[in-house]
Amino acid sequence: MIFHPLGKYILLLKAVFRRPEKWNIYKKEIFHEMVSIGVGSLGIIAIISVFLGAVTTVQTAFQLVSDLIPKSVIGMILRDSSILELSPTISAVVLAGKVGSSVASQIGTMRVTEQIDALEIMGINSPGYLILPKIIAAVTTIPLLVIISIGLSITGGYFAGTASGALTEQDFITGITTDFNTFTFTVCMVKAVIFAFIITSVSAYQGFYTSGGALEVGQSSTKAVVISCIAILFSDYVIAQLLL
Amino acid sequence: MIEIKNIHKTFGENHVLQGISAEFAEGKCNLIIGGSGSGKTTLLKCMVGLHEPEEGSVIYDGRDFTRMNFATRIEIRTEIGMLFQGSALFDSMNVEDNIMFPINMFTNQSHKEKLDRANFCLERVNLAGKNKLFPAELSGGMKKRVGIARAIAMTPKYLFVDEPNSGLDPKTAIIIDELIQELTTEYNTTTVVVTHDMNSVMGIGENIIFLHEGKKWWEGTNKEISSTDNKELNEFVFASKFMQALQKK
Repeated sequence: MIFHPLGKYILLLKAVFRRPEKWNIYKKEIFHEMVSIGVGSLGIIAIISVFLGAVTTVQTAFQLVSDLIPKSVIGMILRDSSILELSPTISAVVLAGKVGSSVASQIGTMRVTEQIDALEIMGINSPGYLILPKIIAAVTTIPLLVIISIGLSITGGYFAGTASGALTEQDFITGITTDFNTFTFTVCMVKAVIFAFIITSVSAYQGFYTSGGALEVGQSSTKAVVISCIAILFSDYVIAQLLL
Repeated sequence: MIEIKNIHKTFGENHVLQGISAEFAEGKCNLIIGGSGSGKTTLLKCMVGLHEPEEGSVIYDGRDFTRMNFATRIEIRTEIGMLFQGSALFDSMNVEDNIMFPINMFTNQSHKEKLDRANFCLERVNLAGKNKLFPAELSGGMKKRVGIARAIAMTPKYLFVDEPNSGLDPKTAIIIDELIQELTTEYNTTTVVVTHDMNSVMGIGENIIFLHEGKKWWEGTNKEISSTDNKELNEFVFASKFMQALQKK
């Protein structure tokens, strides 16, 4: 049951990575998509990151009731959980909803209104022209969004922690600067790139093979988000298992 | 000239095209007509490579399109212009960018040359000055004309038109038909029009193929169609009361 769509997905990816007809036009599309995916998602990523950091700090402080554990541990936990899990994974799930549904519905609408057929009649490799710029834009901008998310999450945690009195400014700074393992950041970037690829390619696949009308475009969009989220969580586990 | 030989196409259990062979002459409007579900659009899509027939071949001036791979098909595809039923204009681009799109992709012309060509095509379809409008701002007839302008942007040798008059008022439909015929003569293109509009059939049908139940049922011209004794074709042509009244006269 899974092999037929998986085979179609791989064949689609093969067509996506075929040599572009004209790099100049693709370049323009890549920059356009970078603005749409990167800049367009900055607001939502900023909001969720600040609150994720704040909530993590407050809840960690609530659970660390023992006097034997220094308060600076809260900062360490926030830093590591933001880098390893919260920022890459939660951002990816949110982006699967925002970017994934947009990609699937955009390509799906082009399919049902024969715009993809028009591209093919002209001799243009439609998977390449429509999907490759989105993938390149996502794998370059989503890691940047994740870095911003880490920064904002730690900032949110700082304000929530100090404002609530859970820990002092000094404890927090000691926490986030002690025993930092740079490999966690590498794992975070690996996750961000893989999640970005999953979001765009899975959503584009759903959109590209849409058939019917407006109802089916909506269904493709929903399927794109659901499948992307499952694939993100599954690959999150695989990456953690392999790299840590 | 386009030649199709023994085209078969099946969707699941449904054998849509059952061995269709025909020739479409250069410089003429070749019409494919038939009732809904007769296989007209499927045949057109097989001809342009949007569907792959299980059997048979499509030959463009001696070049067997069906035996070519993606890379070699591009040469023929750049010689094809197509107007889709829903116009299929790119929503994200304005009229000018829609027309310039194939030129941008396949030529190294300067911006001025491309713009001149786009303006020429727009003038040719009587839409001069509408360059900056987006598809959402156009009426159905205007969309069709922009679709035609985009189809002729690369000066095609083969022009395919799918249901050019669907959703248009009779006056606009006639304008579109006349435009297709003028362009066919002007560029000496091999034009293939899929339609079930009898005004088109009588107006521009220089060579007509009637499909019925996935088979070629009849072939002739618009002059011959009204005098045929083919039962299925007569049922199709004279289905409306207006045409029945004409037949009685």
